[in-house]
Amino acid sequence: MPAALSISGLTKSFDRPVVRGVDLTIAPGEFYALLGPNGAGKTTILRMVAGLLKPDAGAISVLGVDALADPVAAKRRMAWVSDEPMVYDRLTPLEYLDFVAGLWQIEPSRARRSAEDLIEWLGLRPHANQLCGGFSKGMLQKVALAGALVHDPDLIILDEPLTGLDAGSARQVKDVLRQRTAAGVTVIMTTHILEVAERMAERIGVIAEGRLIAEGTLAELRTRIGRETTLEEIFLDLVAQAPVASGDTV
Amino acid sequence: MRPAPASLPWLAAHETRLAWRDAMAMMTGGHRVRLIGWMAGGGTVYALMLLIAWFSVRPWTEAGIVIDKKALVFISGMGVLFWAVTLSQALEAVTRVYYGRSDLDLILSSPTAPDRLFAVRAGAVFVSTAALGMLLVSPLVLALAIQDGPRWLSAFLVLTALAAFSVAIAMILTRLLFKLVGPQRTRLVAQIVAGIVGAGFVIGIQAAAILSHEGFSRVALFQSESLIASAPDATSAIWLPARAALGEPLPGLLLTGVAFSVLAITIAIIAPSYGRLATSAAGLNHIRSQRRASTSAFRPTTQRQALRRKEWKLLQRDPWLLSQTLTQLLYLVPPALLLWINYGADSGEGTFTVVVPVLVMACGQLAGGLAWLAISGEDAHDLVATAPLTQGTILRAKVEAVLTVILLVLAPLVVLTAFASWQMALITVICAPAAAAASTAIQLWFRVTAKRSMFRRRQVASRAATLCEAFSSILWAATGALWAAGFFLAFGPAILAIAVLGLARLIAPRPV
Repeated sequence: MPAALSISGLTKSFDRPVVRGVDLTIAPGEFYALLGPNGAGKTTILRMVAGLLKPDAGAISVLGVDALADPVAAKRRMAWVSDEPMVYDRLTPLEYLDFVAGLWQIEPSRARRSAEDLIEWLGLRPHANQLCGGFSKGMLQKVALAGALVHDPDLIILDEPLTGLDAGSARQVKDVLRQRTAAGVTVIMTTHILEVAERMAERIGVIAEGRLIAEGTLAELRTRIGRETTLEEIFLDLVAQAPVASGDTV
Repeated sequence: MRPAPASLPWLAAHETRLAWRDAMAMMTGGHRVRLIGWMAGGGTVYALMLLIAWFSVRPWTEAGIVIDKKALVFISGMGVLFWAVTLSQALEAVTRVYYGRSDLDLILSSPTAPDRLFAVRAGAVFVSTAALGMLLVSPLVLALAIQDGPRWLSAFLVLTALAAFSVAIAMILTRLLFKLVGPQRTRLVAQIVAGIVGAGFVIGIQAAAILSHEGFSRVALFQSESLIASAPDATSAIWLPARAALGEPLPGLLLTGVAFSVLAITIAIIAPSYGRLATSAAGLNHIRSQRRASTSAFRPTTQRQALRRKEWKLLQRDPWLLSQTLTQLLYLVPPALLLWINYGADSGEGTFTVVVPVLVMACGQLAGGLAWLAISGEDAHDLVATAPLTQGTILRAKVEAVLTVILLVLAPLVVLTAFASWQMALITVICAPAAAAASTAIQLWFRVTAKRSMFRRRQVASRAATLCEAFSSILWAATGALWAAGFFLAFGPAILAIAVLGLARLIAPRPV
């Protein structure tokens, strides 16, 4: 069975190198958390996987599909949710989901059922026919998440999905993600909320200076730093030990 | 000496600093050297305007300007036209004072009195309205002052007074709208009124000229013998502004005195309610608009259909865009009227040299605006970009969405034209879609990632795209006009229009 995501030698520079030869493999059904300080290159890596940025070098394979050679086939299998929910102000959540279903060419009756379920699970029922324009950040994030799930992707990529959500909304989002991973869907998520990564992720990758400096289960990471401690301590230790890349202004 | 914090001068200094930095950023884009280009370009355009004005007023001044009823009617008519444009601009600007949210939350949550802020911002609206008006009219006034004497310089005083009246009326109208239709609808209604006042008035005068068979010119009505005959006597007080513009001191003093008093009193009356109304306008961001559940949702559709339907739905639900489109459509009223008058009559095809280019120009401009919204103004860019379809399919669907709207607007007018002259309809059918397609292509090549709310500033974002789009539309309109007039030279502007398109392709930024 091919890996849900396989990255090798991924490199990207803007005015300076941002991602430096990252190799990463994530198994199907895995919940993977990508951690790193601000500007470490997490979002750039995920945007390249989602097809929103072109890498300078490297290879990306999504469920056995070469995402650089056949981006459309790769996109059909995955979904992307960014920290800034991009939803149309003048569409209702149901209209938004209808539009997404149209883009992913989901069979209408299946799309309707899926949309209704998601609206229910995410507590959007009372707002299903209201224009998104007046929604709070949390509600917009839930609509965006529903959009990502309505086409039943095999790989879900989330960039800081819990930023700005209240406790109730965050719980709903986490529950939905847990249900999906239980059903065999792969989830890759960046977050600065280390508790979430500690509780939800099966494996954790730490990015610093555009490189993957550590990877493994929580237990493996503890073994690596030689202390029985929290993920926060582990993260701070690993980032502090990371070599500063030459020629950079950090 | 620094003014006391939160005082009127302090707020005025703050606003001035922001406005100055905004203007500099807009002109230089962070590169100071661009300012030289702006000044050189601006100077050239202004010199050209001055040259046109110089030769336009030459016959009048050479014949010797006689201050009679005819001259007073003409000057007053031009003043009313100018005033309609400033009123439209003031209405838009005053609406932004209530609805623009950039720093309003910060200031309204501070102990600063909101009425002071209103006074400063109303003052800023007045200054910008008067300055822009004077800049536009100054070539004409300067040409008259040089050729006929410095008395014409007092026209600037009249323009300032008219701007003051416009801002006062705009404030009263906006306040009334808040009372009558509530904060939720005030912005939309004010924008529509601004569009109708600005374009509608000018077009109305043009329509009146057409109906009275005076011709297509916007100023023809002010030279009409019937209007001059029915106007009050030259000694009437109605000519006070015109007399002030001609340099008579008493009417000048009276007019400016009244205008500034009206402005000051209006600010004083309306300012106390500003904090409350601005807060109610701010609350609109949290109001949810309930829609009826769509019956057509989750039906079989292709990816392109889904994209097209989304574009049309968003266009239909955008009130600001609706008012902008309405304004564009208003410009089609005079040619439609001309068609209606000439329909069935044996009037010859000379009138079409005017109708065809207007239709072509309107299509080009409308397509440019819509194409920007559909292609660049994509609010969910990441969603569409991560969907399983090629970039080509996305762009094709968006272009189809734009061109369908243009087709819907153009079709009835073409049908009407075809009844009068099928040859002219054919010319329109060729030139108008060409202009629309060219504008769409330019927007496609210069596409950026932006929010729909940035629509107003799209011209600033890419001046090259704006210029190419304008030149292309003008050249296609010229092609239509020359062809309609039966000139063989029509292919000249068409070739130039294609060259402009080629140039646009050449200078357009390459996608990263």
